[in-house]
Amino acid sequence: MSIDRRKFLTLSGLSALGLAGAPAVRVFGQDTTDVAQDTTPAEPAQPEQPRAPLVAQRWAMVIDINKCVAAEGCRDCALACHKVHNVPDFDNPKDEVKWIWKESFEHAFHDQEHAHQSEKLRHATLPVLCNHCDDPPCTRVCPTESTWKRESDGLVMMDWHRCIGCRYCVAACPYGSRSFNWRDPRPHIDEINKSYPTRTRGVVEKCTFCDERLARGQMPACVEACKEKAMIFGDLEDPESEVRQVLRETFTIRRKPGLGTHPEIYYIV
Amino acid sequence: MLEKALSGSRQYWTWVIFLFVLIGVGFFFYLRQYHEGLGITGLSRDVTWGFYIAQFTFLVGVAASAVMVVLPYYLHDYKAFGKITILGEFLAISSVIMCMTFIFVDMGQPFRITNVFLHPSPRSLMFWDTVSLGGYLVLNVIISHITLNSERKGIAPPKWIRPVIILSIPWAISIHTVTAFLYSGLAARPFWMTAILAPRFLATAFAAGPSLLILLCLILRKFTRFDAGYGPIQKLAQIVTYAMAINVFFILVELFTAIYSNIPHHTMHFEYLFLGLDGKSSLVGWMWTSEILALIALVLLINPTTRHRQSTLVVACLTVFGSIWIDKGLGMVVTGFIPNPLGTVTEYMPTFPELMISVGIYGLGMLLITGFYRIALSVRKQIPT
Repeated sequence: MSIDRRKFLTLSGLSALGLAGAPAVRVFGQDTTDVAQDTTPAEPAQPEQPRAPLVAQRWAMVIDINKCVAAEGCRDCALACHKVHNVPDFDNPKDEVKWIWKESFEHAFHDQEHAHQSEKLRHATLPVLCNHCDDPPCTRVCPTESTWKRESDGLVMMDWHRCIGCRYCVAACPYGSRSFNWRDPRPHIDEINKSYPTRTRGVVEKCTFCDERLARGQMPACVEACKEKAMIFGDLEDPESEVRQVLRETFTIRRKPGLGTHPEIYYIV
Repeated sequence: MLEKALSGSRQYWTWVIFLFVLIGVGFFFYLRQYHEGLGITGLSRDVTWGFYIAQFTFLVGVAASAVMVVLPYYLHDYKAFGKITILGEFLAISSVIMCMTFIFVDMGQPFRITNVFLHPSPRSLMFWDTVSLGGYLVLNVIISHITLNSERKGIAPPKWIRPVIILSIPWAISIHTVTAFLYSGLAARPFWMTAILAPRFLATAFAAGPSLLILLCLILRKFTRFDAGYGPIQKLAQIVTYAMAINVFFILVELFTAIYSNIPHHTMHFEYLFLGLDGKSSLVGWMWTSEILALIALVLLINPTTRHRQSTLVVACLTVFGSIWIDKGLGMVVTGFIPNPLGTVTEYMPTFPELMISVGIYGLGMLLITGFYRIALSVRKQIPT
């Protein structure tokens, strides 16, 4: 008898519903981002030794624009991220989905822009991504709690099974960090990573600071891919962490700090 | 009572069939959208809300405007509105149903919409908008059903309905206030983040809604034996005059704050609307048309001679409706996204399927209005048979 994953999930959900109504709601509503959505079953676990999860009280990132500018035209962070997270490539700005991308200084910090900006910054492109704000406006507006701030470590999470695709979070994000699946993304993924869910059309997605990799003891894909070591990732609550050390010693700026969202991505200019 | 909507002249049925064709066309294109995704609309990564949400916003105003006939009748005992309160309530019901349909077609995952109730999120204004719109629909269904039924039986309406009707008055204000809060609470979108948005929404609602009601009354007089009477129509025209004057005042207040303070992130949106930005100017013609229509409307409405004469009053109502439809139904929503938070100007243009789906929903609304009005007039034996 052939039964695919989707049917199995539906059937088990229905039988749960038959057994007890209330728990079934929880089954459907749970954070199921770790379950591959509508894809073929996950590959068997990688043979390497399982590592202890990386944990923090408050994950944060520092990006050194100088190092990034030195590697002109480099897109390693975006390529690595989009590959492991099955981010589709639509090749047109209208349907585009992106989690992390290189943006000009003028656009990323367009309230800091002036006519006599240094040559370096005028031509600089730097990575922008979800800021994992301490007070995220996107989670505040979500009518279904499909996106929320994880209290344990501050990550702004997404539940693609619960999202109704109203795009209120997209309107609320001051950084343009959220993308909507205007069309079915799957035909536009070059090579599907079977250990990570693909999304369906009609839901919003964004960077999650690689919560799935942290759980496996790995650093975020962008951090790992950056040969220039321009991205530093760590625990903001730990005074000994590298991010705290860098923040202590270097002048850093954040995007649109005046809006009170408290973004947790810091830039060294 | 519903059976009364199912009998009528050939003219009536031609109109009904025409509306069904519109609904059918809309439904056909919706199936395509459902199958292919919202990618068949003109919406993009930068402009994520467009024509559907704008129509929703406009129609919330039309729905709320029923209060402009209910309030004078029940709070000020203005008896002349007795004949048309039911028309206002039926217009409200039809508008709320159109609003809900526009929201439904805008959802990326429409069949998950129950999640709004399964996982209620009181921090989200969208949750409150759902609650207030749903409540308003229920209130108006109850009120219109009870009052019309009593009228049919020739008895006074039960006493308990009066507090329900009184409750519907602040409730009407709330639906448009909450809809404005949906926008004005977003720090990311300076164009919407203005305290005048909710008052302006209400002013536009109380101008556009009663204008539409005047036009509907005149259409009914032409095709049926129903006559709202000169007095009530003129009273409505006065309401439109005040509301439209207040609306234009609010527009000027808004423009002053934005332009004189000269904060680029605020002025840029107005620049896009009225002058064009980065060579992109597809709304400029529309917006100036809206402002010119508003001025024509004010001249025709404030001048007593043109307000009292039916032919010029009709023109005034059409210009009010047109001006506000352009302002809310075209300009207000998308300009929040233009330029985007990174300062990039991406324009938006609704596509043909998107427009056809919207036409289908308007067809549905008109069908509901037609059916409801037919029921109301049949009860009063004002339909020629």
